[in-house]
Parts: sequence; structure tokens; C-alpha cells
Amino acid sequence: MHQTIIGQTNPVAVMFFVLFVLSTLGITYWAAKRTRTTKDFYAAGRSITGFQNGLALAGDYMSAASFLGIAGLVSTKGYDGLIYSVGWLVGWPIIMFLISEPLRNLGKYTFADVVAYRLQQRPIRAAAATGSLVVVITYLIAQMVGAGTLIKLMFGLPFELAIVITGTLMISYVLFGGMIATTWVQIIKAGLLLSGATILVLMTLAKFGFSYGELFGQAEKLYGSKFLEPGGLVTSPIDAFSLGLALMFGTAGLPHILMRFYTVPDAKQARKSVFVATGFIGYFYILTVTIGFGAAVLVGQKVIMGIDAGGNMAGPLLAEVLGGNIFLGFLSAVAFATILAVVSGLTLAGASALSHDLYVGVIRRGVAAEKEEVKVAKMSTVGLGVIAILLGIFFKGQNVAFLVGLTFAIAASANFPALLLSITWKKLTTYGVVWSIYTGVIVATVLIILSPTVWVDIIHKADVVKVQAQIKDIDTAVAGADTQIADLQKQIIPAEALAKLKKKEIVAAENKNKATDAAMTAKKQEKDQLTAKKKDAASQMPKPIFPLKNPGIYSMAAAFLMAFLVSILRPEKAAADKFAGVKVREYLGIGSED
Amino acid sequence: MSKLKHEDILQDPDFKDLSRQKFVISIVLTVLELVLYFGFIGLIAFNKPFLAQKLTSGVATTIGIPIAVGTIVFSWVFTGIYIWWANTKYDVLVNKVKEKVGG
Repeated sequence: MHQTIIGQTNPVAVMFFVLFVLSTLGITYWAAKRTRTTKDFYAAGRSITGFQNGLALAGDYMSAASFLGIAGLVSTKGYDGLIYSVGWLVGWPIIMFLISEPLRNLGKYTFADVVAYRLQQRPIRAAAATGSLVVVITYLIAQMVGAGTLIKLMFGLPFELAIVITGTLMISYVLFGGMIATTWVQIIKAGLLLSGATILVLMTLAKFGFSYGELFGQAEKLYGSKFLEPGGLVTSPIDAFSLGLALMFGTAGLPHILMRFYTVPDAKQARKSVFVATGFIGYFYILTVTIGFGAAVLVGQKVIMGIDAGGNMAGPLLAEVLGGNIFLGFLSAVAFATILAVVSGLTLAGASALSHDLYVGVIRRGVAAEKEEVKVAKMSTVGLGVIAILLGIFFKGQNVAFLVGLTFAIAASANFPALLLSITWKKLTTYGVVWSIYTGVIVATVLIILSPTVWVDIIHKADVVKVQAQIKDIDTAVAGADTQIADLQKQIIPAEALAKLKKKEIVAAENKNKATDAAMTAKKQEKDQLTAKKKDAASQMPKPIFPLKNPGIYSMAAAFLMAFLVSILRPEKAAADKFAGVKVREYLGIGSED
Repeated sequence: MSKLKHEDILQDPDFKDLSRQKFVISIVLTVLELVLYFGFIGLIAFNKPFLAQKLTSGVATTIGIPIAVGTIVFSWVFTGIYIWWANTKYDVLVNKVKEKVGG
């Protein structure tokens, strides 16, 4: 069996990581001198090219959870992992077709700029900031807890220390270097991750004569043909549909992704950046899936799951098998860098919602000096960073996987409908948006709490364990009764044997048979009772109040419905009148900031 | 720019053409993407045996694998189609209207 050094402090990994940190801090120092205005801090002075922004978008989106998690899922579940990876890409074309250009043409720094363009600033900004912050904080918790766990697995660092290091670096990038530093951290990370994964895939394929057919052939030999077929991932079509909707439209409602469109000079570069990002992200998922299959064959499921039951170490283990300690160290450092880049993007998006939307838009009613706004944005960065560190430590050891689903559900239900309707529907009103956003946040959150993932797997986990233990006990008892019944059955003297006996002995033997029969009947009754008891126990199993794992389908529908109803019941003439201006600017980009 | 001027631009035949074209292509491509992804999910939900078929007899690769990878690749191709349209048609119209209104 393969001997691994994963989980021990790996000097090579530390060296690569220190190299990454030093170079990104160098960039931050350089960026700090160029970060003076709000345009610099939030939007890198709109100096990023479409290609660079595409890479940075990919860097924002390709999290360590997807790199390590999808490879792990593929290595342990085969084809089902591939299904899962596809869902993460399909939101990007939607961003391109519906959102990217109007977003760039109508807004300045946050998506709330677009929504508030022809509506009343204060209520809209308050609602949009709420939607953004809920998304940012839930996603940050998921990323931080994931970061602590993964870094502990890879480097053997204590969970808390890992989170503090991550949090401190993230705050430094954003606080001093704003969007310029954050963008370059994303670009470097995307470059490292894509090249690291490419090298790993080339090394893997080299083992199979660069033939995917050969790779799949060996995978089938080891794990059977089921490994290459859809399995148990999609059981309920409506659940799959609901998750698909949340992934698809949630991507177009993630504040840290939307914010990136303001870093490019115009709409043309904005659309180009989506094309570049979609290409890189799609390529990345194909690499990750290959790594998963490669790890299943070259490392083996037993070893992978022995280190981490979720399979998260499949990629690093494969790197170790193929490239030894040095490649493992490189890839571990890349995974750490990946985590850092994603949380930095999130923190910046959260800080801009706090400063640009809440502070300037709501508290100062849109009037604040540039210097003041940058100062508040920096304070927000530190505040959010500290909150992220504390929440990360608070949720240690918790099952936070549901938070990612919640993030996308809220983004799809609160942010996306408001954004889409504000650029396409003339009759949309301020209160239509406000009700829609709060409805989206509340419905998505409440339904996910009542869903199987939280209500059963987390809140009633103790009950589930108890009932499972009861059922197991009953099963053991039933099995015991079965053996006893079989034993008694053997003791019954068959008719042929009876016929050979003497008359006197027959009576005794028949009596004995009667007694055995009676014992058997009693045992059978006992078994029936046990079966009834099992049914009882099974009925005690906690059931979800809401049946779906992802609420997307209902929360999105509720948000859209609310926007329509409220807008139609209480029209807002001023907003409808300004729609002509929105359309001109949306299509032509006239008057949009450069 | 005054409000009246905005309304005038909206009535301009070139602007009408441009916004109609952009609307149509956005909707068509969005629907194609939805059909692509939910078609894939639908196959998994309702016709697993189809995806479990071997590509040709004697190989391990199932039809499901190129279909999944194809969903990823086509999503990207759709964004490419949009870019191509926007760069060759849309931008030309935008510039034409912009010249007219002096934006």
C-alpha cells in the first residue's frame, strides 16, 4: 500500500507557499501605492483587460473545494462526480447572455448600482446589501471551515492556526491592495492552479499511453462498469432540477463575481472576460475529473478514503504517487493559494456592500467624500475579515456543506431576480425589488433549514443516530431469532425416522416434536413482534419538513412572483419613466463610467 | 442627456433593430443552454440505461462520458457564438447609433 506523507509538515509545500505569499505581498505593496480612489479600491481603476479579468474570474470561482472535492467525488463515486462538476459551469453562459454587458454599462462598483439606477436609492441599497452580505458571509464560512480542514489535512497545521493565517493574509491583500491586489492574486492563483492541474493530468495520461479509453478501461477493471455509469446522485428529478436552477442562476448572483465586471474598461471587455473565464473553468473541470479517475486507478479508493472519507485528498495523493514529495508540495501550496484567493474576493465584495451600498448609499444618502468611502471600505474589510476568522473557528468540525447550496440558492433567489428584472422590465418598482430580495433570502434560508440536509442530517442528527442504533439492535435480534428457529427446525424428528421407531418411543418422540413446534411458534411470534418494533422505530426516524435538498425552484419562483405582484399592485411612475434612459445606456453604454 | 432625447433614441430604427437582435440572441442562447443542461439532467433522471451504454462494444467508455464533457464544451461554444455575434454585428450597430446620436 502507498505510503503518504500527507498530514505531516512538508517543507517543500511550506517553501512553495512562502514563495506564493511573498510574491503576492510584493504585489500588494505595489498595488497599495496605486490604490487611492474608490475606483481603484473597488474596481482596480478599470484597468484590467478582458483576458486578465477572465483569468481572475476563473480564479474567483475555482475554489479549493471544487479542485479537491470534485476530484475526490470522481475518485470515489466515478461518473456521479462528473455529473456534479457539469452543474458548476452552466451558470457562466447565463452571465454572458443576460447580465455581463448591462451590468458593466449601468453600474459603478456593485450590482446594487444597477438595481438602484432608476429606483429609490436607500431601500434598494439596503435590500441589495443584505442579499450580498448574506451570500458573502455564508460562502465565507463554508470556505473558511473548508480551508481549516484542508490545510490541517495537507500540512498538519492546527485548524485554528490555519484559519488565522488564511484570514490575516486575506485581510492584508484587500486592505492594502484593494481590487488591484485581489485581481492579481486571482490571476496568479488561476495560472498556478491551471498549470498544476495540467501537469498532473499529463503525468496521469502518460501512464495510460495518453488514451482516455485506456484510463476508463482500467477504472472499469478495478471498480466495475457501474463506476462509469450514472448512479445514485440523481434520485429525485425535481431535486436535481431545483439544484440545477440554483447553480445556474446563482452563479449570476454572486456578488464577488458580479463585482469583477467593473474592473474592465467597457462592455466589450466584460463579455470577453466571460468567454475566457468559461473556457478556463470548463477546461479546469475536465482536468479535475481526469485527476479523479486517475487517482481511483493509480492511488486506489482504499488509500484515498483511508486518509479522508470524503476523498478530498485524491488529487494530492495522485500528485505524490506521480511526482513525489516535490510535486505534492507544489500542489498543496497551490490549493492553499486557491483558498486564499477565493476568500479575498469574497471579503472585497462584502466590504463594498457594506461601504458603498450600506454606508454611503443608505446612511449618508449617497453623499460622501471619496476619502471617507475608501476609509469605510477598509474598516469594513478588517471587520469582515475578523468575523470570517471567528465564524470559521466557531463552525469547526461542523458539517457546512449545506452552506454552499444555501449560498447559491440565495444568490439565485435574492440577487439574480432583482438584477435581471431591473434591466429588462419597465414596470419594476422599488418595493417590488425590496420585497423580492427579502422574500428570496427568507424563503431560501427557511426552506433549507427544513430540508433533509439541515433538518435531518444536522438538527436531528442525534435522533437519526439513535433510531439507526435501535434498528441495528432489532436486526441483530431478528437474525438471532432466525438462527434459533432454524436450530429448532433441525431438532424436529422427521416422519420417516418416526416410522422406524417402536410404538413406545413414537409417543415420546411425538411429544418432543410438539414441544419443539411450540417453541418454534413462540420464537416466530417473538420475531413478528420484533418486525413490528422495527417498523415503529423506523417511523421514529426524523423526516424533513421540506422534501427537497435545494430550495432553488421554490425560492426563485417566490422572489419573481413577489417582484411581479408588488410592482403591479403599486406602480411607480418615476421608475417607469426612467426606463428609456436605462435602455439607452444598457445597449449603447453611453454615459457609463470609464 | 435629456429624457426626450432618450425616447427619441428608443424610436430610432437602428436602435430598435439592435435591441431586438440582442434580445432575440440572448433569449435563444439562454434557452439553448437551459435545454443543454436540463436535457443532460433529464437523461440522468429518466434514462440512465441510455447513458450507461458503451460507446462501442469492447470499450469501457460509456456514452454518458462524452455527453457530460460535451455539455461543458457546448456551454463554452455558446459563449463563443455570442462573442462572435457581438463583435461582428452588435458593435457595428452600436457604433452606428452612437454616431447618429452623438454619444
